[in-house]
Amino acid sequence: MKNTISHRVADFLKNFPPFNVLDQKDLETLSEEITIIYKEKDNIIFAENDEPHPYFYVVNKGAVALKKGTDKSIMDMCDEGDIFGLRPLMAQENYKMTAKAHEESILYAIPINIFKPYAQKNTAVGNFLIESFASNTRNPYSKSHRGKLYDEVLDINPVGPNSQILDLQSVQYSRKLVTCTANTSVKTIARKMTEKNVGAMLVVKDKLPIGIITDKDLRNNIVTGKYPITTKASAIMVSPVITYHKNLTITQAQMAMMKSNISHLCITKDGTPNSKAIGILSKHDVMVALGNNPAVLIKAIKRCKKIKSIKQIRKSITHLLQDYLDQNIPIKLTTKIISELNDACVKQIIKISLEEMPSKPPVNFAWLALGSQGRSEQLLQTDQDNALVFENVPEEKLIKTTAYFLELSKLINKGLFDIGYEYCPAEMMASNPNWCLSLDEWKKTISQWIINPGTDEVLLSSIFFDYNITYGDVNLVNELSEHIFEATKKYPIFYLHLASGALQNPSPTGFFRQLLVEEDGEHKDSFDVKRRALMPLTDAARVLILSHSVKSINSTAERFEKLAELEPNNEEIFMACSYATRALLKFRTKQGLLHNDSGRYIAIDKLTKEEKIKLKRTFKTIKEIQELVSIRFKVSNLLR
Amino acid sequence: MIDFFKRKVPDYPDFWWEYENSFNEKLSDDLSVVRFVVLDTETTGFDYLNDRILCIGALSLVDKNIALNQSLELFLKQEHYNAETAKIHGILKNGGASCISEIEALEKLLRYLKNAVIVAHHAIFDITMINRALERNGLPKLRNKVLDTSNLYKKTLLTSNVFKKKEHYSLDELAEKFDISKKDRHTAIGDAYITAIAFLKIKSRLKGKGQLRLKDVLKMG
Repeated sequence: MKNTISHRVADFLKNFPPFNVLDQKDLETLSEEITIIYKEKDNIIFAENDEPHPYFYVVNKGAVALKKGTDKSIMDMCDEGDIFGLRPLMAQENYKMTAKAHEESILYAIPINIFKPYAQKNTAVGNFLIESFASNTRNPYSKSHRGKLYDEVLDINPVGPNSQILDLQSVQYSRKLVTCTANTSVKTIARKMTEKNVGAMLVVKDKLPIGIITDKDLRNNIVTGKYPITTKASAIMVSPVITYHKNLTITQAQMAMMKSNISHLCITKDGTPNSKAIGILSKHDVMVALGNNPAVLIKAIKRCKKIKSIKQIRKSITHLLQDYLDQNIPIKLTTKIISELNDACVKQIIKISLEEMPSKPPVNFAWLALGSQGRSEQLLQTDQDNALVFENVPEEKLIKTTAYFLELSKLINKGLFDIGYEYCPAEMMASNPNWCLSLDEWKKTISQWIINPGTDEVLLSSIFFDYNITYGDVNLVNELSEHIFEATKKYPIFYLHLASGALQNPSPTGFFRQLLVEEDGEHKDSFDVKRRALMPLTDAARVLILSHSVKSINSTAERFEKLAELEPNNEEIFMACSYATRALLKFRTKQGLLHNDSGRYIAIDKLTKEEKIKLKRTFKTIKEIQELVSIRFKVSNLLR
Repeated sequence: MIDFFKRKVPDYPDFWWEYENSFNEKLSDDLSVVRFVVLDTETTGFDYLNDRILCIGALSLVDKNIALNQSLELFLKQEHYNAETAKIHGILKNGGASCISEIEALEKLLRYLKNAVIVAHHAIFDITMINRALERNGLPKLRNKVLDTSNLYKKTLLTSNVFKKKEHYSLDELAEKFDISKKDRHTAIGDAYITAIAFLKIKSRLKGKGQLRLKDVLKMG
């Protein structure tokens, strides 16, 4: 039946091969027969060796992982517009891979018996299919169809550095050429390179590459004084240009650069210097494709102009994390690097969002990361918790200013959601009017929490007090911190409440030293490593460090290290806590990567003996620190 | 039953009896086999008495699958017309799509619905509008079980004193929360599609004790 929804499906499909070559009419007829399928994360769409379904699939939203073999290694990741599960239908064989929803996904199932006649009738469709099966890639056209993405940079291949398919993968190069003619002055060239943020400029004549000028050439020839700044490009350009065909693989590109000892390759239409230049491939592009270097990733993030490109980089960050854990790199270093990268992603999203706003911010503001992100302990993507504080404004301007920042926050929250940070179910986000306030309003709110510390207030403070500035004016944040210290000094009873809050999470072991597992709900019989092990440590660190008025140390492990320094007599226990925090964090991250979730719930029966012992060892420390907190703030007498 | 209470069998058309009989089959408690019909109506206004249904859009949902060739889109001929709301949904009186009479639409709707569980956003409104139309044509009320995505959504939110749930959540808010395109907002079938995807996403977040069953969902929504 013809309807609005099938039109919408057709609108979507027509952007992707092979549907882009179908007539509008055929496409609409096809769309009317489509079934829309919703898959929760980790739902299986089909399993290896299953009989083929009467449909093949196109991803509308989300991502689907194709896995193969007993080790279930990911062979391919399909996202928006990608087709999967078609080859077995054409070849009439069973599925060779397992398809599993990697995120919550919406799929279009296209009945093969309706699609097949088109594939036979329309040679372009047939060719696409043959080419895609033969080249063993899912979509040989994808690069040219997503061309727009490369305006800024490069797509990043979510492949780990150990991947064996590097030799076969063609490299992604920057398509937006920055060019000049032989007569352009070097001053203009340098200015243009800075503006476009590129490291090399191609000198062209009639679209053919005749020379290249890199940062290095400018340094060697101009800055040294060898040539004046008015020199023409032709004088200092390196010529002839080394050119290659666009189907260069990553390995080939690396070898070509090493062979000629250069950092940029020019991609031309037929691979010779006598055809049109279509792109430039830099060493940076190759390194990004390898995706195993944090510095390169940071640079790639900073170049992103679209939130979608950041999402691609996020995938590489996850691979990096996996590698670090596999190689047993100290968790202290790992958390630092990954937090920096996450931080860079958020910063870039804020920048992009600011540009999307119709006007510049009316006053200074600061974006605060709260909770685990604020403590720089967020290795896996979890919920987003954030807040915004802006400079005080005269009362008559407050409503308008608040409205501006709420609008901005909405964009940022959406951006974070798009790259994989779920919305906070308790709405602790800057787009919530309660979490987007002026400095004075925040001070007032915090004072209220500190003066009347009920259960909710303590909970709110424990989330808020781990804030960390991600973007904006650091003075605003410092002033806020000062205010917290002053207020808590005036009302020391607040420590008591915060401390009792820290002791509320039940001890991880039961009377017989067995692990306490969840008794009901979705996670029945699994161990909640966040609530029962990490939170007691985090809460204890917070109240102790606050009582010392130490600011700008947010990470729990580092807080304990600082405490050890401040209280030499308790050094042993604090260092033990610091160690336990890191061990638990690593534990959680490993579990999370394994199951592609937040790693919070651990199935005890799946753990090895060694892992269980490691886990239990940290519990003794948790018990000790809880006792210390309880005695120091005299919680036992009053509230427990 | 004693004869005294038994009124003579009313003179309903065949399609009503067909609809009525479909309820003899008991609904399974297994959510993966239950047929849901996600529907939305566009009306001339919000007055149950004077306003009329302009358009009904419905999608059929079985085991998280929406087969587009099993959707329903009905445009109704209008006697009563409200120029104000036409601005929102853009359906002009008897214009554009082929329109059918109210009774024809009801017949098609009932034949389509059968004993499915109805899902709608602020369901009470759509159900009441349909029931009024049935009443005008001398028919009894709908007998289907109904789920309201507005209520179900509230069940996915944290219960905490720290933040207050709203009384109502609009379809726009749900679309934003769940990242569903709002392109076809304010067409009956477009809204039905948004509701359907929202319903699926809500359902995946409603995790009860163990396997979620139909009766659990009915209790919540």
